[in-house]
Amino acid sequence: MNKDFRKVLAFPYIIWMAGFTIIPLSLIFIYGLTDKSGSFTFANVLAIFAGEHFKALILSISLSVVSTVICLIMAFPLALTLKSKKLDKGSLIVFIFILPMWMNFLLRTLAWLSLLEKNGIINTILHFLHLPGLNIINTPAAIILGMVYNYLPFMVLPIYNVLEKIDDNTINAARDLGANTMQTFTKVIMPLSIPGIVSGVTMVFVPALTTFVISNILGGSKVLLIGNVIEQEFTKGSNWNLGSGLSLIMMIFILISMAFIAKYDKDGEGISV
Amino acid sequence: MIFSKIRKVLGDIYLVFVLIFLYAPIATLVILSFNTSKSRNRWGGFTFDWYGELFKSSTIMSAFRNTLIIAFLSALIATIIGTIAAIGINNMRKLPKTAVMAVNNIPMLNADIVTGISLMLGFIAFGISLGFKTILISHITFNIPYVLLSVMPKLKQTERVTYEAALDLGATPLVAFFKVVFPDIFPGIISGFLLAFTMSLDDFIITYFTKGAGINTISTLVYSEVRRGIKPSLYALSTIIFGTVLILLIVSNIAQNKIKKNK
Repeated sequence: MNKDFRKVLAFPYIIWMAGFTIIPLSLIFIYGLTDKSGSFTFANVLAIFAGEHFKALILSISLSVVSTVICLIMAFPLALTLKSKKLDKGSLIVFIFILPMWMNFLLRTLAWLSLLEKNGIINTILHFLHLPGLNIINTPAAIILGMVYNYLPFMVLPIYNVLEKIDDNTINAARDLGANTMQTFTKVIMPLSIPGIVSGVTMVFVPALTTFVISNILGGSKVLLIGNVIEQEFTKGSNWNLGSGLSLIMMIFILISMAFIAKYDKDGEGISV
Repeated sequence: MIFSKIRKVLGDIYLVFVLIFLYAPIATLVILSFNTSKSRNRWGGFTFDWYGELFKSSTIMSAFRNTLIIAFLSALIATIIGTIAAIGINNMRKLPKTAVMAVNNIPMLNADIVTGISLMLGFIAFGISLGFKTILISHITFNIPYVLLSVMPKLKQTERVTYEAALDLGATPLVAFFKVVFPDIFPGIISGFLLAFTMSLDDFIITYFTKGAGINTISTLVYSEVRRGIKPSLYALSTIIFGTVLILLIVSNIAQNKIKKNK
């Protein structure tokens, strides 16, 4: 096999990617930038500023920002504690934390529906204890809970991966040089874990921003996120031009996240599972 | 000293807290699957009925079959295309290589909803009717990048000289590849396949947009059932899936630890 022949081996892949990734994506651009008669327009993209669309976008952004922050606050101490246990790779404890992630995503969300319902399990227990009930189903709070539950492992894994690579001697050196626990944390551990944090943040933020499943199941279609708006344009409203135009807006956010990853996580070490 | 002990205890309490958070919903599903009462807030006694109902339901069984067939076929085809492509890309010059890898990242980093919609638009534009084959094509599409990313690092580690030595010793290129290069990249191929398989099992959004009417996977079936009111047989299904995953992961975990110890 000479070199030129070996390059030919990539052709089936290149043709596949062109046919099923690049052409379909260009179709979104074509649909998004034309109207029903096929003439060029920006109206579908600018429709994001229309009342309910804009409200959905703002709500999506705020819910996903809140979920991402909660995930980060929960994941960092978790990853630190796991690191302090000095586990082998593939040890039982790490395994236990990854296990729920292998459960079907829809079934996990379904479980929360059973827990949170008005007559659900949490409320039955609270009622039994004579405590006031928790009525968050069909509210943004339930959606945030669903997002945190589903995407928390995406935050824990990359942070744990980078923390594990920090040499204990680096931390000991900081202590020897007189840094206290807080200083060691802010000056050594934090900066070294930035790549993990950045990929964790994007891996939580992007799916949270674009979800329509969690909001549909736990929000009871009363809470409309931008993902729901787009989904409905394709499944119910069948205004594909508008749906594509709004997807283009969503892609801007994705591109910004990708740029962030490229800047801080050059070796892609955070992404590796 | 006391301070670090307190920190250790606090850390352990926190671990337990997160574990409860992670497992409470799963435990709920398991318990509800054995509950005689159809209502979710009352325990009516222990039963296996929902499991019987599950295996009798042809919709759930066919969705289950579809999920497994699509996951297996899409992972297999993606592994073949991806591995062959990795060899080709590894021999490219820097510029085309960077371009190809950038395109490779698109399905991984793009939002699933955008990938799903774009594929749907593509199928409709080319007159391919939505159904089993469009789901399969879509799953292959989002699986190939994972295979490529698992195989490429292994290929980079293999020494070109051993391959050339095999050629010098009279092996044909194909033999040299299968005897020298293939064993080196095999772990990457396997992990790529497994990653692709699980990605396909877990996918909902892309399947939802590319499936058309009349075919379901487990994910899309659960989604439509949730909107119509959940049947307890779905809890039974969740329990079985969780049990299977648990056993598979424990077995693979033990196997890995054994390999490590033997080394």
